Amino acid sequence: MNDGGILNIALPKGRLGEKVYAMLEKAGYPCPEVIGDTRKLIFENPDAGVRYFWVKPSDVAIYVERGAADLGVAGKDILLEYEPDVYELSDLRTGICRMAVAAKKGFRDDPGKTLRVATKFSHIARMYYAGKGRDIDIIHLNGSIEIAPILGLSDVIMDIVETGTTLRENDLEVIAEVLPISARLIANKSGFRFKYDRIRALTEALAELVNSGKGGVKA
Amino acid sequence: MYNETFTSPEERIAAKLRTLYGMFGYMPYKMSKFEEYDLYARNKEFLISDSIITFTDTDGRLMALKPDVTLSIIKNADTAGGRTTTKLFYSENVYRVSRGGTFREIMQTGLECIGNVDNYCLAEVLLLAAKSLAAVRDEYVLDVCQLDLLFRAVDLVSRDGAVQSALLRCAEEKNVHGIKETAKNAGAPETAAETLISLVELYAKPDEALPVIAKAAGKLGMTDEFDEFKKVIKALEGTDVYDNIRIDFSIVSDRNYYNGIAFKGYVKGVPERVLSGGQYDRLVEKLSKKGGAIGFAVYTDTLERLDGNSYQDEAERIVYRQGDEPGAVLAKAAELAAKGIKVRAEAAENE
Repeated sequence: MNDGGILNIALPKGRLGEKVYAMLEKAGYPCPEVIGDTRKLIFENPDAGVRYFWVKPSDVAIYVERGAADLGVAGKDILLEYEPDVYELSDLRTGICRMAVAAKKGFRDDPGKTLRVATKFSHIARMYYAGKGRDIDIIHLNGSIEIAPILGLSDVIMDIVETGTTLRENDLEVIAEVLPISARLIANKSGFRFKYDRIRALTEALAELVNSGKGGVKA
Repeated sequence: MYNETFTSPEERIAAKLRTLYGMFGYMPYKMSKFEEYDLYARNKEFLISDSIITFTDTDGRLMALKPDVTLSIIKNADTAGGRTTTKLFYSENVYRVSRGGTFREIMQTGLECIGNVDNYCLAEVLLLAAKSLAAVRDEYVLDVCQLDLLFRAVDLVSRDGAVQSALLRCAEEKNVHGIKETAKNAGAPETAAETLISLVELYAKPDEALPVIAKAAGKLGMTDEFDEFKKVIKALEGTDVYDNIRIDFSIVSDRNYYNGIAFKGYVKGVPERVLSGGQYDRLVEKLSKKGGAIGFAVYTDTLERLDGNSYQDEAERIVYRQGDEPGAVLAKAAELAAKGIKVRAEAAENE
């Protein structure tokens, strides 16, 4: 039932993807070309039985859900926002940050008014405030979320906070923690079944690396 | 004259499935495309998607284009108070929101076994589910779960509805770290989630999986339920599908409707499940009927892109010119078609 064929792995373009590739290389799935200076997006190492491809971070889950990739690495924020029908096999404990609500310093929430929330993560915001029974108006933005409260577009923002520097530089502060975020190893549900032994071996190799702290991959 | 190449893959597979179910004594069930909306409004959690196309009938009743077949069958079927067994199969279009967010007409073929549903019936339905997958492709797996054990393992961690939903979602994702985190946040003791994790981590052939489940069932005080499950699985041991069966507790269904055995089927080359089914005694009860029920549906729309399913546009061409006798061209085309040769007669391009 197991396919001896290659494992297709979607990596998120950027710093997180590079960190995760370093982990995969240490775990025994190298493909040195991946980190070369090239515009190529697909790389293959038949000896290690892997094919990597770089995709936009928010698209990783789509590639995996639709079976173009057997495995992928996506942030928990993306998984919660889009709720793809995939397996979440491992917390890679890298790319660590948090989803938070931030507002202008000194902001006082008026519960008598609808709260205007600017965010890229509309679904997470809706779920979070529904859990609190709060009436909100979601303003979906695709970037530069931090300026929304400054320009009076929104009362608060919900966004990913890594170090908090961008917030501080824009005179904003975190007023509520929503959830911790880190990179997760995800798998296509059909691929999981037909490449089970190989996916399990890779998952266990990564887990060993993460648990031993020898991954050399700090957040 | 029948030539399979002119039928779509979905039609071919649906025909094979109808034959398979008919051979096991299941009776065809034909239904109307519409049902009163109220039936779905009262059982929204049973549906895959709660978006429904509605319209007002000429008598003012709010009607729906069927998003599901099972609800209608159970509503209309005679369960004879659970004394006898009704076996039905269907091939119907349903109307659901697709992943793209728009409504689609989806062809669904499946069967239902209703009324007096004993272990033989359960094993027979599992066999037919596996054989349905085999009819699609040689490389397939039928993953089977025992929901009562899964639900009890969840109960052991927390009785809070929101926590239980989160745990079941994690089970569905095989998300063991999520289960640990959810249990911890809920204030459950560290060991409370161990049994649930042992089930969720499991993905194995029956002979390997059953001892693990037996241990979990012992801890959950559900050895009777395990023994019944084992009997059903072992009933398949002598069949040609046994090697393709896996035990998998990531097959999760709504506990308000489903109980006992749940299963999903996958074939190589299709990225999502192509078959889904299970026992739904609680739905029967909700619809004020007696007895049990088990059934499944094959989502033939998912099979469109299977390898080798593309239509080949190759044909013998007869090129005729202006002035050629139509009767002679027609006779030639008919002669080739009668020999089983695909033919296309076309006028020559004007010069």
